[in-house]
Amino acid sequence: MEPILRVKDIHKSFDGTGVLKGVSLEIHEGEVVVIIGPSGCGKSTLLRCINGLERIDRGEILLRDRRISGLEKDMHLVRQKIGMVFQSYDLFPHMKVMDNLLLGPTKALKRSREETEAEAMQMLSRVGLADKAQALPRTLSGGQKQRVALVRAMLMHPELLLLDEITAALDPEMVSEVLNVVIDLAEEGMTMAIVTHEMRFAEAVADRVLFMEDGVIAEEGGPEEFFREPRTERARQFLQSFTYASARKKEKADSGNPGSGKIR
Amino acid sequence: MQDLGISVLFRGINFQRLLLGLWVTLRIALITIGISAVLGLLFGLAMMSRSRAARAVCRIWLEIIRFMPQLVLLYLVYFGFARLFGWNLDGETSAVLVFSFWGTAEMGDLFRGALTSIPRHQRESAAALGLTRAQINRYILLPQTVRRLVPQAINLSTRIIKTTALVKMINVTEVLKVGQQIIGQFYREPSAAFWVYATVFLLYFLICWPISLLAGRLEILWEGNHH
Ligand SMILES: Nc1ncnc2c1ncn2[C@@H]1O[C@H](COP(=O)(O)OP(=O)(O)OP(=O)(O)O)[C@@H](O)[C@H]1O
Ligand SMILES: [Mg+2]
Repeated sequence: MEPILRVKDIHKSFDGTGVLKGVSLEIHEGEVVVIIGPSGCGKSTLLRCINGLERIDRGEILLRDRRISGLEKDMHLVRQKIGMVFQSYDLFPHMKVMDNLLLGPTKALKRSREETEAEAMQMLSRVGLADKAQALPRTLSGGQKQRVALVRAMLMHPELLLLDEITAALDPEMVSEVLNVVIDLAEEGMTMAIVTHEMRFAEAVADRVLFMEDGVIAEEGGPEEFFREPRTERARQFLQSFTYASARKKEKADSGNPGSGKIR
Repeated sequence: MQDLGISVLFRGINFQRLLLGLWVTLRIALITIGISAVLGLLFGLAMMSRSRAARAVCRIWLEIIRFMPQLVLLYLVYFGFARLFGWNLDGETSAVLVFSFWGTAEMGDLFRGALTSIPRHQRESAAALGLTRAQINRYILLPQTVRRLVPQAINLSTRIIKTTALVKMINVTEVLKVGQQIIGQFYREPSAAFWVYATVFLLYFLICWPISLLAGRLEILWEGNHH
């Protein structure tokens, strides 16, 4: 089957410093690709290039065989098919939750308000936020905001969803409520590219793991093999730094951390 | 004597004269604020424009109004332009010119500040929803800019109103000047000065206070709407 997304040897530099140095990847329908790697290796830049927030210097990006890199005028049409949620809480602060949700579908896709509102309510209740439809974003917790941001992206019915460390700015106890939503989406067959530092989540959700290092994909594999025995030394070291961190986390969990649900 | 002082206010048409003076003050201020609001938006856009020349002009303009006392500018236009170019500008026109020159730059800088203080992610997450540039401006950037700008613009307006007191130096008979004329006429009542100036103070206060309250209210109402 044809992949939904094809990234072919893309290069990107900022002020002469190479950040992406020849990245290629494919994502198939229903696949969840998790991208991990040390800070500054270019993960965010990769996602931002895919939905055109950054222009690439070289290479090509195809969405269902249509070239989407280097588009000038019609990039917004492409972005309607690629959802993205960022690390920072990026709800529109001057709009109620429901208006945040309706903006894209009604203005960009010109869908009817009533129909979208019904769907929005349904999705809000699925993420446990039905009572927040008329709330202003500033009254929500970080975890609630990110769940709304996920619903907002999903209401566009994207073909591909890009998630860039969506729990990195959250207090630890809110991480799982957001990641559980992502796991549900994965189970429903949503195609996703996910950048995360939550290794247990990565292992649980990934169909494939890409390990990035210094602007290239240094290793690629299924989650079991990658997390059990990574082939490259760098990936091994990288994972090691988390075993240490998670050993400490585990101690905390034993002393009564509220349940982390599906994430084992 | 004390009683006589305050009675000066109500003698003849003195109070009406003060109110008329106040109207001159307000007229200058309102026209200035209107011009500054419109030109200020253009000024702000010019400050953010890609053209280096436009940005440099704005920079210099802003420096001039920041460093040059308003009074010097008023004299320059009222007395200087008349001599140099033979323009015979009346005091009120000169005042509106000078204050608008000032207000435009200040308003422009506020506008630029309000717009650039919106986090980059606002634009980006709107773009990620597939909105066009025009839609992003209309639904995301404009409303947030207005919320940040309006309270500050209102504060600037009260500063403009206060500053109009200077125009008495170029022979415009605004409220302060009228007050001084009244005091001059009733120089036999030494306490008249106190009562007249107190009244002028009160008039300014009555105009600026509600405006400033409104700014405060709006700020609280919209507070936290920017993270
Ligand atoms: N707009 C920009 N201008 C200049 N340099 C940038 C820009 N965006 C990113 N960079 C640089 O590119 C490099 C890669 O950044 P990127 O954000 O893609 O890393 P990352 O892998 O997402 O890191 P992290 O895990 O910390 O989020 C960094 O060195 C960063 O400083
Ligand atoms: Mg990043």
